[in-house]
Amino acid sequence: MSRPRLVVIGNGMVADRLLEELLRLAPDLYDIVLFGEEPWPAYNRILLSPVLAGEQEITEILTRDDAWYAERGIDFRKGVRATRIDRARRLVHGADGSVVPYDRLVLATGSRPVVLPIPGRDLEGVVTFRDIADVERMRAAAARGGRAVVIGGGLLGLEAAAGLQRLGMEVTVVHLLDRLMEQQLDDIAARMLREDLEGRGLRFLMERRTRAILGERRVEGVAFEDGETIPADLVVMAVGIRPETTLAREAGLHCERGIVVSDTLQTYDPRIWAVGECCQHRGRCYGLVAPLFEQARVLANQLAELATLRYEGSVTATKLKVTGIDLFSAGDHLGRDGEPLVLHDPGAGVYRKLVLKDDRIIGIVLYGDTVDGSWYFQLMQDGTDVSSLRETLLFGQVRLGDSGHDPVARVAGLPDDAEICGCNGVCKGTIVRAITEKGLFTLDEVRAHTKASASCGSCTGLVEALLAHVMGGHYERPRGERPLCPCTDYDQDTIRRTIVREGLKSIPEVMHFLEWKTPDGCRVCRPALNFFLMVAWPEEYRDDPASRFVNERVHANIQKDGTYSVVPRIFGGVTTPAQLRALAEVAERYRVPTVKITGGQRIDLLGVRKEDLPHIWRDLTAAGFVSGHAYGKAVRTVKTCVGSEWCRFGVQDSTSLGIALEKLCWGAWTPAKVKMGVSGCPRNCAEATIKDFGAVAVESGWEIHVGGNGGVKVRTTELLTKVATAEEVLEYAAAFLQLYREEGRYGERTAFWIERIGLDELKRRLVEDPEGRRALAARFREAQARAQRDPWRELAERAPAEEFRALAEVPA
Amino acid sequence: MTAAVLAIRWVAVGRLEALPPRRGRAVRVGDRRIALFRTGDDRLFAVEDRCPHRGGPLSEGIVHGHCVTCPLHDWVIDLAEGRAVPPDEGRVRTYPVRVVDGRIEIGLGTAP
Repeated sequence: MSRPRLVVIGNGMVADRLLEELLRLAPDLYDIVLFGEEPWPAYNRILLSPVLAGEQEITEILTRDDAWYAERGIDFRKGVRATRIDRARRLVHGADGSVVPYDRLVLATGSRPVVLPIPGRDLEGVVTFRDIADVERMRAAAARGGRAVVIGGGLLGLEAAAGLQRLGMEVTVVHLLDRLMEQQLDDIAARMLREDLEGRGLRFLMERRTRAILGERRVEGVAFEDGETIPADLVVMAVGIRPETTLAREAGLHCERGIVVSDTLQTYDPRIWAVGECCQHRGRCYGLVAPLFEQARVLANQLAELATLRYEGSVTATKLKVTGIDLFSAGDHLGRDGEPLVLHDPGAGVYRKLVLKDDRIIGIVLYGDTVDGSWYFQLMQDGTDVSSLRETLLFGQVRLGDSGHDPVARVAGLPDDAEICGCNGVCKGTIVRAITEKGLFTLDEVRAHTKASASCGSCTGLVEALLAHVMGGHYERPRGERPLCPCTDYDQDTIRRTIVREGLKSIPEVMHFLEWKTPDGCRVCRPALNFFLMVAWPEEYRDDPASRFVNERVHANIQKDGTYSVVPRIFGGVTTPAQLRALAEVAERYRVPTVKITGGQRIDLLGVRKEDLPHIWRDLTAAGFVSGHAYGKAVRTVKTCVGSEWCRFGVQDSTSLGIALEKLCWGAWTPAKVKMGVSGCPRNCAEATIKDFGAVAVESGWEIHVGGNGGVKVRTTELLTKVATAEEVLEYAAAFLQLYREEGRYGERTAFWIERIGLDELKRRLVEDPEGRRALAARFREAQARAQRDPWRELAERAPAEEFRALAEVPA
Repeated sequence: MTAAVLAIRWVAVGRLEALPPRRGRAVRVGDRRIALFRTGDDRLFAVEDRCPHRGGPLSEGIVHGHCVTCPLHDWVIDLAEGRAVPPDEGRVRTYPVRVVDGRIEIGLGTAP
């Protein structure tokens, strides 16, 4: 049976991404014919600026070779322009006289540089800046030296100007307005940029309208409307791009500025789609790579006949890719519509403007120091309420107690050997090389290739900043929430809502309903789904051990040598001689190599062999211990100080409350680990203000603090409320944990959760809505009635000790 | 000339029902540590139980597709190929597996 034929016109970055994605989803669905006008296989257009500047060669930016197409059965018409579409007969005509029928057609014709309709535009030596041929022309001209005039002081013009200057030309930039990059910058940032570029030897002629390009055969000069003329050996027109719609218009497809498409990228002809710079979606045309890749992903999904994705538009951010200039801009940068926060240090060359509206960031302009760009951009995209950050917001993320980022706070200016990812020991140079040599575009790709930010994730912002830095104006985070993992296109919140709405009761059901791309997920999504189902259906759902990380499956903490550590629960950190004796005996009986007091006031037995685990548990259970859950995404410990029972400063009984709190909460599974603390007076010896949930005693009762973190990213708690009695503390703890269980994202510590939703939202749900709080607490207690079974006792009693041994031991 | 008679030596290591889908188990053969897996589509694989990265016990990893993720540092190992999934690089030895009368057998090189 013959397969339907898909014809793709255009072989730019978006078409290339589309093909890659489509072949991954549906490798055998179509016979594919690809028209590419340029005599090259696909290449990375973004890197034309470094090629122009002589920092890279053309061969280095090719992303495919001819074999790639051949191996995938793609009929690649290299160097052949499509000249006409015959919609009635469903044919595409090529410039080489070929005629190709289609069943489905994709237009990925990109855009053309705008050429000003002025005399002299056809002279030799007048070029645009769009493709490899343009770069070759410019480099050839630069080799002869002389004077270059760049018309257009936008992103592309400035990149071209900087490149030509690096090649030794004397460069003048001509701009129509009084402000460079007016689409991205406000007055101050534009002025700083201009001064910096002037300092490097670029010359600017502002507010000049070009009247003509002068010369007989070759360009000799440029004339302006005010009568002035300047000499030129090369003129680069960089006044903008226009979607390339000629083919579409001639075929009678509805076009405005671009080819008009729906949310599925379909044109008015249901057999024809358009994607990339040539299309116009909801009135907007995009020119940056991230939204266009998002379109490619959606279209691949549609063409693969999955039809689960739609494109809903993108928010874009810009970064200038000129070595040594740091500039970041996004959203409503002028702030006519909002309230600007400004930090301006002309001496240090730093300028930061954030535009706020209704306590949310709606515009960003950063100059001179852009390391926080991706963080601000994320806050903007997520619509995060920043009112509580307002005082320090302008100083950046580093100022928010973010000691984890400290050694690498200035990503652009860092040396190549600076370590970005502490977990995996990945340096800046390694990441930059991987991005440029392997042509990486997304955070996931960088993670896969370098492992940077693949472990604790605290350097994610830095890696994104590096991507933005290397890729210049062309990297942004995808709009909206990140998918849970590469197995799905859906984010965590959507998945959880769907589980509840559709009554999905098992991992296979969820994967089937949401059309997982892999047969049975991965190590990221399976544990998350297991958790979501457990919280959604506490009574019915049966835990899936195969979807648990080893620690939560064997209820111990795997160590680097494959042995385990065992931490019995010691409620509130208060123990007895009998307990200590029992622990000592167990440690000796099983020859535990290391016994260690943990930071959470518990005793850790390290180096236990897996086959000994059931026996150790049996002995510990007999001595009255339960599991300390020191291995799981679960409630870990409640750290206490001695409080009013002994301490001369103590004002409340912190140990009793700590014990009660731990008795209430132990056994609960949570999106990420939860640590608690109870201090008997404001001296706070239990360090309750860096715990996920902390109670600090005052004369009149208890302060309740939430969202602290002592780990990767130190964050102190925020005060949720003050209550009079220990019972109220317990109710708040139960409600807080339940809300976190129901709405926190898997793997997201409470600190990040609260930063995401805002303390005000938490107060609204827990403090201002007593009924809601009590309902949450009641749900928590119901779930606890089932969850508070000691896994050690269960495992020891079920006595499948053989499960903890090798399946077989066979002589050699 | 007579053909050399080479046969795989099959060693029984347990009943199929001792190994639920998407789970791994460790098997010891002399000094060798072997990880045995049953994938979601009910296929069996056996590989050396040592991650090529830092020697982690693959038998304790999460099984997905025909892969396992090492519990120590999340390297993903292709069980059929006996290779780390790119961009990671490294190999683990693979062993043939079969089921005879509900009993799992691992093939351990040639019999003498």
